[in-house]
Amino acid sequence: MKRVYLDHIATTPLHSQALETMLPYLRENFGNPQSLHSPGQEALSALEQAREKVAELIHASPSEIIFTSTGSESNNFALKGLALAQRGRGEHLVVSAIEHQSVLHSVKSLEKWGFSTTLVPVDNKGLVDPEEVRKALRKDTILVSIMLASSEVGTVEPVAEIAKICRSQNVLFHTDAVAAVGNIPVDVKELEIDSLSLAGDQFYGPKGSAALFLKKGTRIFPFIEGGIQEGGRRAGTENVAGIVGLGKAAEIAKREMEARQKKIRPLRDRLIEGLLQKVEHVILTGHEEKRLPHHASFCIEFIEGEAMLLNLDMKGVAASSGSACTSRALKASHVLLAMGISHALAQGSLVFSLIEENEAADIDYLLEIFPPIIDRLRKMSPLYTKYLEERKK
Amino acid sequence: MIYTEKVMEHFQNPRNVGVIKDADGVGQVGNPVCGDMMTFYIKVKDKRLVDIKFQTFGCGAAIAVSSIVSEMAMGKTLEEAMKITNSIVAEELGGLPKNKLHCSNLGADALHKAIEDYKQKTEKKEVAPSQERCYCPYCEGPLEGLEDYCEKCQIEFEKCPECGKPIRKDEGKCLHCGTEVQTT
Repeated sequence: MKRVYLDHIATTPLHSQALETMLPYLRENFGNPQSLHSPGQEALSALEQAREKVAELIHASPSEIIFTSTGSESNNFALKGLALAQRGRGEHLVVSAIEHQSVLHSVKSLEKWGFSTTLVPVDNKGLVDPEEVRKALRKDTILVSIMLASSEVGTVEPVAEIAKICRSQNVLFHTDAVAAVGNIPVDVKELEIDSLSLAGDQFYGPKGSAALFLKKGTRIFPFIEGGIQEGGRRAGTENVAGIVGLGKAAEIAKREMEARQKKIRPLRDRLIEGLLQKVEHVILTGHEEKRLPHHASFCIEFIEGEAMLLNLDMKGVAASSGSACTSRALKASHVLLAMGISHALAQGSLVFSLIEENEAADIDYLLEIFPPIIDRLRKMSPLYTKYLEERKK
Repeated sequence: MIYTEKVMEHFQNPRNVGVIKDADGVGQVGNPVCGDMMTFYIKVKDKRLVDIKFQTFGCGAAIAVSSIVSEMAMGKTLEEAMKITNSIVAEELGGLPKNKLHCSNLGADALHKAIEDYKQKTEKKEVAPSQERCYCPYCEGPLEGLEDYCEKCQIEFEKCPECGKPIRKDEGKCLHCGTEVQTT
């Protein structure tokens, strides 16, 4: 059976060159970077080289990169660490309604600890209006966190503009850029932001290796205490091999980003145009232009996401969905609901995300097998029957 | 795979999908908020279910449940069909993931509702309205005693201040009347 993986927003494969650079650090170069002997110092040097590569990818200084385990950790670290360090100045935070759960849940914890939050809404394309952020700012606001791009609907937010507003009010700005870094150019100097999360497994790096960018001079409360690693802000023996792999993936991403985008974007457009043209009652979720180049997300009316995913999987296609049935909590995607999409429509959510290894034939295969699946499920759906009856009238 | 072979088999080849235009009874349960909606259509002859059709909007489990319920009930007397319970359905399917158990409630409930609908129509007899009880808005199962928690869905509820019906804690909006609910 043909296998087509279109769920790269969940994770990408590990780049073969990244794997090659990692292997020695899982074998003979096993030293602890904090050890003074040569094996330790070799590991330390690899760690610092990787730090440079990651810094280069987002135009930061190496000293501004803190290695973490995952994007979720970076978000937890930023939200809690920055809020706690700024507590003397105020206890109010502003985040968007479509943030990743690692941001939203961190905020919930902070609320339990006495902080308060304002949720900024998004429009029906998933865009945050910078003016809404400005309106949400208070005298005691200490931190704003708005994602750079949504993994669920692909929308790229006007982060530079929002950061500017925050700066003018002397409020720290963090952005969850996990879905963006490595896939689109991100320049922290240009954006003038204070803090940013990124994760290697979104751009061919290994899982379990991520980073937090923290602008020089920004105070943060340590996330893991008990060691001098990462400047004492994130203690614990470093995941050397993982970090080396992240560094290599960052180096390749910087070099090949443009070429990758050139290849992926037309495929993505082929998918979007093809599906919208072939199937009725399908809407593209997120913004048409301001979206990640590898991201195509839809709501398929009258049917449910998990049933589609199972059928696609049987045909060898891997995708994802924000349907309530696919979430363990049985809750529809908060992102789609925040965009004003009804529960019923959100149930039909489907997300395809590409990498450069995908080919036109993959997209054509999807466009061939998917419409009959939709058709079959619609024939089973009472909502579709109801729609057809109402149309007759 | 999160489902048993039997679930997948019914999901891939659901039996009795469709609509009966001149059905003797129709039963609909669920709402798109939890993801699942089912409509059952029945034909009755000599107090037996001679034909059953269903339509389902929902996940793999919901479709498989509808299919197996229709198969289990076919040819049964109304009385026998009323004895098909959610746990029997789940068992018949070789089990369901914990967070999908509520789908099995829907299948049995939709069938029972169709039978009640038939009884109401034919016997012109008011079927005793089911005792005033709170039902989980997500799985439609009764909230026995504990009105603030559904064991099946493992969801905590609060009462909507406007209409008094149970809604998921922190939902923000009542799914029955649409009132914005301040989270507590």
